[in-house]
Amino acid sequence: MPRLTADRRHTVRFTLNGRAVEGEAEPRLLLVDFLRHVLGATGTHVGCEHGVCGACTIQIDGDPARACIMLAVQADGADIRTVEGLAPAPDRLSVLQDCFREFHGLQCGFCTPGILMSLDAFLRAQPDATEPEIRTMLSGHLCRCTGYVPIMAAALAARDRLKANPDA
Amino acid sequence: MKPAPFDYLRAGTAAEALETLHQCGGDARILAGGQSLLPMLNMRLARPGVVIDIMHVPEWQRIETTETTLRIGAGVRQIALERHPGLRQPLLTAALDWVGHAQTRSRGTVCGSVAHADPSAELPLVLVALKGTIHLRSRRRRRDVAAADFFTGMMATTRTDEEMIEAVSIPTARPGTGTAFREMARRHGDFAIVACAAVADATTVRLAVAGVADRPTAIDLPADPATRDDALDTFAWSLDARDDLHATARYRRELVRQIGRSVMQEAMQCRA
Repeated sequence: MPRLTADRRHTVRFTLNGRAVEGEAEPRLLLVDFLRHVLGATGTHVGCEHGVCGACTIQIDGDPARACIMLAVQADGADIRTVEGLAPAPDRLSVLQDCFREFHGLQCGFCTPGILMSLDAFLRAQPDATEPEIRTMLSGHLCRCTGYVPIMAAALAARDRLKANPDA
Repeated sequence: MKPAPFDYLRAGTAAEALETLHQCGGDARILAGGQSLLPMLNMRLARPGVVIDIMHVPEWQRIETTETTLRIGAGVRQIALERHPGLRQPLLTAALDWVGHAQTRSRGTVCGSVAHADPSAELPLVLVALKGTIHLRSRRRRRDVAAADFFTGMMATTRTDEEMIEAVSIPTARPGTGTAFREMARRHGDFAIVACAAVADATTVRLAVAGVADRPTAIDLPADPATRDDALDTFAWSLDARDDLHATARYRRELVRQIGRSVMQEAMQCRA
């Protein structure tokens, strides 16, 4: 790849929720801003912008990662999944999303997309995750209103339901 | 918080990365996983003219294991190490769990954390505790630096502007040694207030401490507990702890005494 100069925009291509997408980005553009402002995928939220709060968490090649501490140009060629990719159909929630609704795992909803993307990857990788393991994983996310108890309840319910029906 | 403008080079070979580093020197920064560099760019604490992405250089993606050593290339992510079968260094396995969060270990590299040299970071601590080696490379030469000599202060190392960390080597567990790791942080994954690693053999126990001084610091203490406690107190005082937002110097010294004592005991007990 040639050196991408600072003063121009360059084409970035990757797979977003199973679909090939492309857009133009300066080298300094953060992936989260590329998703939101260039591609219009505003489900991913921007919080602290230094990798601490977890609001911008997405999945990159299957693993949860912060979109605010990654450049759009780094993502060229990657397989990216965001909260928009969770629901199986426009009128249907995924099992995980439905558990968050049922157990009131969100209030303002700002941290929710990031938490969902982490939990989605984590529960797929570790279907038998214990409560302490889920808590440790959630330590990578800040929620300032729900208070974590209903988030844990939703996560545990999702774990059990996904285990009973892994294809759901 | 957005980075200032820079050029981006996705290096396809080591030669390409090293040539650019040679030409640009201090104006270039190596980008591996980006979990330390990107926050620095966002906060504009770093303003390089060119960022060299090394994650597509195949030779730096390798984990090489021999009977005695684990050599981890510049592009090896922390998650790749976690998933690597037969890591054979339990101290590394224990400490990895405390490095950032799962959501940052998925991107962050081992060598990147060492290059960043945060005084509270776990991976530099493990390298110092186990007497690991940092392999530096520039266009012109390669050199190896012992971990104890590499870290020179707060986020400062002996690496020169035209050098990059090509790999680090960590000794695998030797028979007859035991290790232990413990950390105190506000939340799991936060920066350590104090992190302690211990490596014990029949006669000595090595204690390494992060989060207190301006760099990870180690001391070799006698295995005999009668003389060890006094030496631990002296060590705790010698670390030049500072008060900050998270903890007082006095609290940090007390943690070094308490956690230090318990990790040393644990390391001695699990000697295999």
